[in-house]
Parts: sequence; structure tokens; C-alpha cells
Amino acid sequence: MTKLLQIELYKIFKKPRTYISFGIVAAIAFVIQLAMTAGGKEYLDFGLQGVSEQFDIQGKILNGYLVAYLILQSLLIHIPLLVALVAGDAIAGEANMGTLRLLLTQPISRTQVVLVKWLASIIYSIALIVWLAIVALFLSLLIFGRGDMINLKSDTFILILKDDVMWRYAGAFAFASLAMTTIVSLSILLSAFTDNGIGPIVATMGIVIVLTILSNLELPLFKMIRPYLFTTHMIGWKGFFDDPVPYRSIGKSAIALGVYTLGMLLATIAYFNKKDIRS
Amino acid sequence: MFILHCLNFRNLHPIVEVKNLSKSFGSFQAVCDLSFAIEQGQVYGLLGQNGAGKSTTMRMMLGLIFPDKGSVHIKGKEFNSNNIQLLQHIGAIIEKPDMYLYLSGWENLKIFAALGKNKISKARLSEIFEQVGLSGREKDIVKAYSQGMKQRLGIAIAMVHDPELLILDEPTNGLDPQGIAEMRALIISLSKEHGKTVLISSHLLYEIEQMATHMVVLHKGKKIAGGRVDELMHPDETLVDIIIEPRVGNLISIESSSWGQRLVSASERALTFKLNREIVPELVKWLADEGVGILEVRSKHSLEAYFLSLTND
Repeated sequence: MTKLLQIELYKIFKKPRTYISFGIVAAIAFVIQLAMTAGGKEYLDFGLQGVSEQFDIQGKILNGYLVAYLILQSLLIHIPLLVALVAGDAIAGEANMGTLRLLLTQPISRTQVVLVKWLASIIYSIALIVWLAIVALFLSLLIFGRGDMINLKSDTFILILKDDVMWRYAGAFAFASLAMTTIVSLSILLSAFTDNGIGPIVATMGIVIVLTILSNLELPLFKMIRPYLFTTHMIGWKGFFDDPVPYRSIGKSAIALGVYTLGMLLATIAYFNKKDIRS
Repeated sequence: MFILHCLNFRNLHPIVEVKNLSKSFGSFQAVCDLSFAIEQGQVYGLLGQNGAGKSTTMRMMLGLIFPDKGSVHIKGKEFNSNNIQLLQHIGAIIEKPDMYLYLSGWENLKIFAALGKNKISKARLSEIFEQVGLSGREKDIVKAYSQGMKQRLGIAIAMVHDPELLILDEPTNGLDPQGIAEMRALIISLSKEHGKTVLISSHLLYEIEQMATHMVVLHKGKKIAGGRVDELMHPDETLVDIIIEPRVGNLISIESSSWGQRLVSASERALTFKLNREIVPELVKWLADEGVGILEVRSKHSLEAYFLSLTND
């Protein structure tokens, strides 16, 4: 299994397409950092105008922690789409290329094929999250320095002391990795159904976008189904920047994502083991 | 004497047995109650028109398609998803040898070498590249390979685990005449020099005729003939096409003669006879004496003639 996983990772990281995602993440982080360097103060003044009438905020507010948080807020919605680029292509891409039938004529089981593709895609998505941590957090800290972090909410704000921030980021990135595992499972499931590499990528994007909209619509019907949508739970990482941290809610979201992940993985294995390979 | 008997028995023991395979796709019956066995060390031709069920059969033998009924036995054991290890005895190219185009030939072969049970040395990989005539091009990206080179790499991948049986579905597809001749030579050498059993399908009947010792003929999903090539065909009898100058009365005089019984089809410009090769000069002389202007005489390949006689509805 380890050998198969190594081969799968070798194939992923030898493919030029894989690095597009890393390039996009770096480009977006860089653009936001540049914008914050040029006009970050004005942006903060605008954001804090309601708050500054009641509070006297002093110190280095425009710091690496805040910039990283802003980058994460804009990027974590798009990361699933980048994950789908690789995971959606995992089975369907091979079917499209014609290599799937060559792969399945080797003495390896279809369950193993699904599992290594799933694991390799998870490793890729974790690598993407680590890269995000490097360019969003560590690079921002290098450019803007450390300071207490302000987490602005619609009706309030939370001040987190600078020595209390780093572990929250660690928790947020770990949770984001779990959320991306769910996306990987969805993409792989869709990938098993088709022989066209583009289909599962677009379908994953479509599902994530539609469910995210449903998760955010304040209508009674959608409120009812909201707890059952995995997109609702994917934003659980934000809880690490609340005070106190809602561990119970984060835990429930993590379990929900885990159940979705496992369910979709098992469905993929069951379907793929019965599928006629005609590509 | 006893040892000799045992060896003979081993050589004749089927490496693969296909038993009563059937497969439908919707209302289309692709393969119907198909049975045959493949004996070690032989070259089998799987023949049939497009849609006859050749690829579906090969895919079922490799576990790519699941049969509705019937079973495949590899080395005496029933092949299913629980004993996938039986595939180590088989190397295959199905339809066309697609591979990872963004990787080099060497990387492709290395990947498929690593998927097997046994570790395969670099020296062995180089040897395989040499065997298929790709030495010196191993490090090139496959995207830059010609179709012939891709076919050769496909054979290399099929051979990498030193399987006993090679299943090759249309291995000469897309090759130029020289490529076809080279591929034929390679397959013959794999069988004769390396003792591989080969199951090959091709629509180029002449190619099969050059290579196969046995054949299985499929028509509309059913086996309509099977066995040793030399036993199935009458090597002396062949179809002869004679291209003639159009002239009124040609056909009447031929049909009323003793040659008329051997006439298979006739048109204003061409006559087809089924007859012994040796009497072709006699026929040509008779036609010339009758005043028929002969433009060309060509003999159809015997397998082609046999195949057409079986599959013409």
C-alpha cells in the first residue's frame, strides 16, 4: 500500500497542473499582502470606525496575524476548488487518458486503487494547506510583524493577545485539512462515476458553491437543512478565533465532516468495485 | 518416457479457460455463452468483425468488465475480485497503449514495474527496453513518442512482470506498414524465443495469419469457430479475384462451363473463384482462350477467405 501511495504521489507531483493551485494560493496571498501594505491602515480605519467611537484601540493592529486571517477568509472558500482540480481528476482523469484500464490489469485491487488515490489527494490538499500557512501566515508575519489580533465580527469584535494566537492558527489549519478531506472524498466519488476529467472538477465546484449559498441563506427552509450540509461545517475553523473557543460546536462539525468523508469514501469503493471499465 | 509424458501434459494445460461467458450492455448482447481455452506457448488469434465482442471478451478476461454469466479461470483458479493476484500471470494492452504522457518511457515502465509483487532491477528494465527496440529513447517524454514507439512501450509494460500470457488487443492499430512488420516480428519472437503465450486480436487478418497457431472466431458475440489454424482452414483452397475487361457475354460463358461451380461471385469487372491454388494457371489460360481480357489476378489470403466464408450472413 505504501508503495502504491508513493507511486500515486509521484504521478500527482510530476503533473504540471498540480502546481497551478500552489501558484494561485501564493498569488492571492501576495496580492492581499501588497494591498494591505499600501492601504491597510485606511482599510482598518474603515472597518473599526464603529468600534473606535467606544474604544481607544492602541498598538500594532495591522500585523501578520490579522493579514493572515483576512487571507484565510478570502481563500478558504476557494481552496476546495483547487483541491478538486487534483482529486476530481484522480480516477476520471486516468479513465480519460486510458491509463485506468492499464492500471486495473495489474495485480492490485480496485479498493486499493481508490484508497491510494484518496490518500494521495488528501496529502496533496494538506500540502496545499501547509503552503497556505507559509504564504499567508509566516510571510505576513515576516512582512507585518506580530501583534494582538483583532477579529472583527458583524456586531462585535474579539481581541486576541499575540501570545494566544499561534495555537489557534494551528487548530484552524488542522480543521481546514479535515474539511478538505471531505472535499477530496466528494471529488473522488464524482470522479469514479465518469470517464471525463473535467466533469468531476466542475461538479465538485458546483456542489460546493450551491451548498455554501444554501448554508448562508437566512430562510426557514434552508435553516432546517443547514445542519445537514457539509458546507455548514466546513467553516468550523473560524471557531478557533472566538473567545471562548466553542469546542463543542467545532467537535460536532468535525464529526459531521468525518461522517461525510467516510460515507462518500465507502460509496466510491462500493461503486468502483462494480463498475465496468469501458474507457 | 514418464518425464516426457508429464512435460507434454504441462505444455498442453490451459493457462486460461473461458467458460460460458455472457455480457450484455442494455439490450445489446456483446458476448453470448463464449467458451474457449488457451494453452501455454501458443499464439491465439481472436477474430471477429467490429462489434463481434473481441474487446469485451478480453476485458472480461482481465477483470475490467464483469460478466453477466460464466467465469474465467487462470491457471486453474477462478478469477474474481478476491484473487486479483492471478493477474500477475497476464500482461495486456487493451485497445491502445495509453500511458502517462507527461512522464518519460522509463518512468512509465518503472511505475508499472513497481505495481507487481517482485522487485524489478534497473538492468531488467533496460533489457526490456532493448527487447522492444526502445533503447536510447527511455528518457524521452512519452508525449514525444510516435504511435509505434507507444505500442512498443505498451508491450514493454505488458511484459514487465514476465507474465506467461500476453493479451494484445489490436496491437498494430495506428502503425505504418514498417511498424506493423516490426510489431509482428516482436510478437513472434516473444512467443518463439521467450515462450510467451499470446492472445491477439486484430482486424488485419493477414497479420493474424502470420502469427497465430490457434484461433477463435467471434461473430455477433458468439464463437462460430475455434481450434488450430491448420486444422480449421484448407490451406490449398483459396479465393481468387480476377479483374477483367468488361465485355458482354463473359459471365454467360463462364457460368455454363465447368468453372461455373467454382465461381463465388461475379460482376462486370471482377470474378471471384474458390479453388485450389494449383489450378489457378489453368483457369487463367481457359479465360484467355475464351477471349476474356484479364487485367489482374490476385489471391485472397487464406485466413481472410476462411473468415469471410464464416461471417458472411
